[in-house]
Amino acid sequence: MIPLSHFLIVSALLFSISVAGIFLNRKNMIILLMCIELMLLAVNLNFIAFSHYLGDMAGQVFVFFILTVAAAEAAIGLAILVTVFRNRHTINVQELDEMKG
Amino acid sequence: MTFEQFIFYLFSAVTLFSAVGVVTARNPVYAALLLILAFFSSAATWVLLEAEFLGVVLVLVYVGAVMVLFLFVIMMLDIKLDPLREGFIRYLPVGLVVAIAVAAEMILVMKSKSFSDVPIPEAAPLSSSNTEALGEILYTEYVYPFEIAAVILVVAIIAAIALTLRRRKGVKKQDPGKQVRTQRADRVKLIKMKAEVKTKMKAEKGR
Repeated sequence: MIPLSHFLIVSALLFSISVAGIFLNRKNMIILLMCIELMLLAVNLNFIAFSHYLGDMAGQVFVFFILTVAAAEAAIGLAILVTVFRNRHTINVQELDEMKG
Repeated sequence: MTFEQFIFYLFSAVTLFSAVGVVTARNPVYAALLLILAFFSSAATWVLLEAEFLGVVLVLVYVGAVMVLFLFVIMMLDIKLDPLREGFIRYLPVGLVVAIAVAAEMILVMKSKSFSDVPIPEAAPLSSSNTEALGEILYTEYVYPFEIAAVILVVAIIAAIALTLRRRKGVKKQDPGKQVRTQRADRVKLIKMKAEVKTKMKAEKGR
């Protein structure tokens, strides 16, 4: 049987891969959004593993809500991305410095 | 190695490798497709953890809706990739160091006795339904957060539409209200003039 720590380690590795992804792809807004999705996936795996091993359904309810919020976040993020691309013809995060004082 | 262990290691490895692929892919389309693979294989891991409903929801909502939205946006925008890739090599060492530090710290914590000594729960009987249990707790104890989640989704829909809606000027299109309000006088005009007979006769003569 699989101990709890194995699930936690998988989710920690997933989380750190997506942290590295945010460092590596710091110009491409689409990949940044995807890395955020991967991070949320790692968090969800943690919640579900704890929910299973501690026998508490609350963890799964939390995952349900995280999925809802993540879907909303992806929709709004992509809408902002499309608007930015329409106005600036680029999605390079480094060039988006209009608000710089 | 039991069958469950085999499933766990197989799908975890696929998840991690496809996550690496998402991060390093040159083309965003490949990144999105690898992300779909990561979602699929972690859905399998969730099913292994007896969260069948959430596994199905992950496939339906993420693979079916969110990732299709991602692919739509990627393919719709004409993105020049080269300027976005620059700095990949430059930030590689920093990224790797931070990632390894994060992973090492978390693994050191999770290797500790308090986590590895958690007893493995017995498998739930086949008759028990995860969906039913989740529904029971969701509609009683968590009904208020559930409704707030619904409101968040509505806000997201309205925000996404409001952000991407574009009214272009100088485009010819129908306005049904205007069409219905139109009176006869706006369209038909009666004018008095003499009948044009002569020209017709001339034309016939010339034939």
